Amino acid sequence: MKLVICAGPPTTGKTTVLKQVTKRLINAGFNVSYVKIDVQYADEDKIFEKEFGIPAKKVYSGELCPDHCNVMVLGDAVQWAKTNRSDILLVETAGLCLRCSPYIEGSLGLVVLEATSGMNLPRKIGPMLTLADVAVVTKIDLISQAEREVFRARVMDSAADISVCETNALYGIGIDTVVKKIYSSEEIVYPLILRGNPPVGTCTVCVGKKEIGWRQHFGVVRPLEGDIFYQGE
Amino acid sequence: MRINELKIFGGVGKDGQTEKVYEFTLKMGDVISIVGPTGSGKTTLIDDIALFADNNTPTKRRVLVNGFSAPEEFMNDPSKNPIAFITQHTNFLSDLPVEEFLGIHAKIRCSGKDLSVISETVEFANQLTGEPIDPKNAMTELSGGQTRALLIADAVIIGNSPIILLDEIENAGIDRTKALELLRRYEKIFIFVTHDPRIALLSDFRIVMRNGAMIKTVYAHDEELAVAEKIKELDDLILHLRQLIRDGERVDGVVLEERLLSFV
Ligand SMILES: Nc1nc2c(ncn2[C@@H]2O[C@H](COP(=O)(O)OP(=O)(O)OP(=O)(O)O)[C@@H](O)[C@H]2O)c(=O)[nH]1
Ligand SMILES: Nc1ncnc2c1ncn2[C@@H]1O[C@H](COP(=O)(O)OP(=O)(O)O)[C@@H](O)[C@H]1O
Ligand SMILES: [Mg+2]
Ligand SMILES: [Mg+2]
Ligand SMILES: [Zn+2]
Repeated sequence: MKLVICAGPPTTGKTTVLKQVTKRLINAGFNVSYVKIDVQYADEDKIFEKEFGIPAKKVYSGELCPDHCNVMVLGDAVQWAKTNRSDILLVETAGLCLRCSPYIEGSLGLVVLEATSGMNLPRKIGPMLTLADVAVVTKIDLISQAEREVFRARVMDSAADISVCETNALYGIGIDTVVKKIYSSEEIVYPLILRGNPPVGTCTVCVGKKEIGWRQHFGVVRPLEGDIFYQGE
Repeated sequence: MRINELKIFGGVGKDGQTEKVYEFTLKMGDVISIVGPTGSGKTTLIDDIALFADNNTPTKRRVLVNGFSAPEEFMNDPSKNPIAFITQHTNFLSDLPVEEFLGIHAKIRCSGKDLSVISETVEFANQLTGEPIDPKNAMTELSGGQTRALLIADAVIIGNSPIILLDEIENAGIDRTKALELLRRYEKIFIFVTHDPRIALLSDFRIVMRNGAMIKTVYAHDEELAVAEKIKELDDLILHLRQLIRDGERVDGVVLEERLLSFV
């Protein structure tokens, strides 16, 4: 089975891209399953079930950062897709803390960025971009060619080896290139290993401790002035 | 890749009927217009050209470059795409200052060339628009006319694109007289979508659209070229009048009447 992990800031067009991709994969005779991991609201499972009649699931990460949640649930999701006899599992996930990344060794990592997001975005999202295999740039219909080129250059500045695919996802223009990348990606092998290094330590904020001030937390903390240090057992 | 010619094969109109214009060919240096009522499919036609349609759009048109389907890299990497498309609606979204943006684009496109290309581009743009662009301005601060002018200048000078498509630039406050004069100096293919008689008459030929289909091509002939000269004067008079009004001057009725009489 092939595993495609698709990440990107909210409303950049992940679902729109994956719908176009799914349409093409199904037409080519593949069996596809879909999982969405989101913080507190998602309706994509219904959309994929209704539009394509494929097995679809959603997971709310709730108190956990979606990328951490991804690490917890993805093993089961792969098993689920296997029992569906799927050839390809598509996972859509909303990155959150921008320090983690959801990509897994031996899977295809897609990051979806919108061309309208401003020239500095590629510099701000860290491993979500730098550890991906393919950057899918959506909404190119809304900007000029000159800006497309500059945005592309900014993406390559942050992630030199990445492939950039530019699309108008509404009309499916440029999606065939993304689909080719999926065809040529590897089959997954166990053990499934996270591609990037997770951020240092265990974050008590991520698990729901709300009180402000480093004195209230344990693990790796930092005051305003000074470096991070370890507090606790 | 060096572009020698662009060939467009007709497909079907909105009613599904085969287009009357079966094919047309453009060589370097050609300037053509696409004309027809609103909704007749002008923008759709240049969209097809910009996408190198290959029987994969609703119109079923095909576009061949030097006799072949366009290579995939044209669509995958915009800096390899020989077509620059200045659309009806494009606005800049980048808040970089004009000079910084042009600098980055120049670096991508002509690595090694010196930075005078930035001021050359701004000067070119400023000849097309009534309101000069300050290179220190943020791109998002530019007006519609300034934006269109800068896009054209960028495509011609920094992009050095061999094929340039322009959708209804007359509505954006661009000086058309100046634009045609400047653009004709470059050995490129220009395709104008236009309602403007001046641009249409000064084109090598024009494609007439109805109901989504290309229904005929009309070649410029000597009589038309002679009229074009008159139209240019009339157009210049209107521009002069516009400038007077802009500058807060009064219009001298007698002088204006005299000049108008010279046209009949
Ligand atoms: N113009 C244009 N709009 C697009 C394009 N791709 C997506 N959109 C629009 O952008 C909006 C968000 O798209 P989605 O696909 O729902 O984005 P998402 O990344 O899945 O969003 P979340 O899952 O909610 O984070 C929708 O209104 C889409 O129609 C594109 O290429 N061009
Ligand atoms: N050959 C065609 N087949 C089907 N629909 C078409 C065709 N040509 C144009 N259309 C549709 O007609 C509408 C108007 O076309 P457009 O190109 O915007 O016109 P114009 O630029 O001349 O005002 C659009 O919705 C377009 O999709
Ligand atoms: Mg979504
Ligand atoms: Mg139009
Ligand atoms: Zn995290």
